[in-house]
Amino acid sequence: MSPFAEQDLVVAALRAPKQVLALPPVAWDLLVRQARAAGLLARLASMLQAQGLLADVPNAPVAHLRAALQVAAAQRVEVQREIAHVRDALRELPGRLILLKGAAYVAAGLPAAEGRLFSDTDILVPKDQLPAAESALLLRGWAGTHHSAYDQHYYRHWMHELPPLVHLRRQTALDVHHAIAPETARLRPPSALLLAAAVPIAGDGGLATLAPADMVLHSMLHLDVNDELAHALRDLSDLDLLLRHFGADAAFWPQLVARSHQLGLARVLHDWLRRAVRILQTPVPPAALAGVVDAAPGALRGRLMDALWLQALRPRHRSLLGTGSRLALTGLYLRAHWMRMPAGLLVRHLTVKALRRPDASATQ
Amino acid sequence: MILGDLTPAQLKQRLAADGLSLRTGPVVTRVQSTLDAVVQGLGIHYAAFPVESDEAFADFHVQVCRPAGLRSWLRPQVVFRFDGEEPFAPLPGPQSFPMLEWGLNWCIYTYCHQFVTLHSAVLERDGRALLMPAPSGSGKSTLCAGLAFRGWRLLSDELTVLDPVAGDIVPVPRPISLKNRSIEVIRAFAPQSVFSPAVPDTIKGLVAHARPPQDAVDKARLRAQPRWIVLPRFAAGEPARLTPLPRAEVFMQLVENTFNYSIHGPAAFAALARLLERCDCYSFSYGDLDEAVAVFDRLAAAHEPVR
Repeated sequence: MSPFAEQDLVVAALRAPKQVLALPPVAWDLLVRQARAAGLLARLASMLQAQGLLADVPNAPVAHLRAALQVAAAQRVEVQREIAHVRDALRELPGRLILLKGAAYVAAGLPAAEGRLFSDTDILVPKDQLPAAESALLLRGWAGTHHSAYDQHYYRHWMHELPPLVHLRRQTALDVHHAIAPETARLRPPSALLLAAAVPIAGDGGLATLAPADMVLHSMLHLDVNDELAHALRDLSDLDLLLRHFGADAAFWPQLVARSHQLGLARVLHDWLRRAVRILQTPVPPAALAGVVDAAPGALRGRLMDALWLQALRPRHRSLLGTGSRLALTGLYLRAHWMRMPAGLLVRHLTVKALRRPDASATQ
Repeated sequence: MILGDLTPAQLKQRLAADGLSLRTGPVVTRVQSTLDAVVQGLGIHYAAFPVESDEAFADFHVQVCRPAGLRSWLRPQVVFRFDGEEPFAPLPGPQSFPMLEWGLNWCIYTYCHQFVTLHSAVLERDGRALLMPAPSGSGKSTLCAGLAFRGWRLLSDELTVLDPVAGDIVPVPRPISLKNRSIEVIRAFAPQSVFSPAVPDTIKGLVAHARPPQDAVDKARLRAQPRWIVLPRFAAGEPARLTPLPRAEVFMQLVENTFNYSIHGPAAFAALARLLERCDCYSFSYGDLDEAVAVFDRLAAAHEPVR
């Protein structure tokens, strides 16, 4: 058994990339596998590259780091192309096209786009423009998925997005949101406030992102209520890079605190600032932490949630999966659903999901 | 140390425990398995291959094993695991060794993007490489095996690994996969060839693997310079015929057969263009293997060796 077994080498590497240079081959072996399982191999490679350290990595692991950078670079080009296609398809809609998550990081050239892997493109459209957006996209080659009556009802009445679209020729996925949380969710920041604060992307005709504070809060909310935990650590790394980037401007932090209160997300900001600090040593000014201290959950609940998240925010690699982490993942999966729907609806939704055939399990 | 230094009992024991780090050309794969056909297959085909220390870096960690669950008692199946994940559906139990071979190819074309990887057989003579990109059923594997047992060095029967920076071909010698009637053709053509037991009813039909020649394993670190691209086609009863092909047509064939073309993008275009510039291109039809080998020997003799 290797002396490194059961150690989370990825978080240590993200905190201090330079330290990986001292690792023996057997630890590099485990680091590459854990980072790949967490979707963070390219992120780690891009951090080493940015610090000029890639050339000092031993030959065997550096091949994997460079290969991961190749994949990330190709996906980035694909996302840029896809953004242009979506923008052209939605040309007739008033206002700029608002990009969310990875697509926004890429279009705005943010550090969180570096070494990131992408699965789909996410956009935000005012709810009253949703029908126009949907028909414009269908005319330009996108097609709906999730055709069962239950799934259609699930997305169109309870969720905050259309059933995911796939482009018939390019096979790329597009999520069209009208809000950043489900209609049924306990935390539901008003879309009107987000839309009004959106920021144009300079020089890139017709595109916009959420305002910096809103982008950070969306990233936190996504982590807090998402039931797909496989990439939780990757999402935390994105959040860390967003906070480091926007937080370099001291004026950002009071805005972030004020905005979290305005959007009803102070508890989310409280929890995730602390987790980013604790896990990735994100630099956060004490005043920002103090600004949301009133929103802290009760001591017992806070400790329980932190314990669960510390498990879930480890790379999803077999070297790190014990009974404790499996229990934590199940607990957080159930909580994610609890946060997304009221109890009655939740029971109904989970029953439908449990009874349908496995190959037809399409909804989240 | 080479795999053949282990006794059969040691081999079985190490494969069952932490696994064995096997070097095949540029990659080291840690293989774990308790299945007899896998232990036996590795013993037959990989005896001459280097085994790296357990403390060394392994590029891939793979297992071939029985899937969990009761179903395996009714109808045995095998799964290929890549670092604990299962990228493929299970296969019927007898297909464990072919599944390992397919899985090892998958590792390279899915993860080795430091290279441009092509679906193509590749052999070497006097330092120069002969590439044969072609679809299944074209007679490519039979021709590749025929050449590999008659003086050409096998670099790979399936995967051409191109270094896009240096422009040369990286050998990944491994067992040669043969299908259906070509198994008997090669047994008769090269009586010195060694096969593991043939496996029926795979997705490709009857499959058997031939052990790579010693020379291919010994020179696995020796790269080759691209010189010929040949698109082969088996045509029963026809004479062997080599016909020059326009490069533009071959370029499209290369693009279609490149696994990671979209990942390299413009760099792949440039690397393939450079590869083409260094190669003569032909289509080749043949009905008889002896005749075919003679044509390629004449082709090689007509050129100065690479120094």
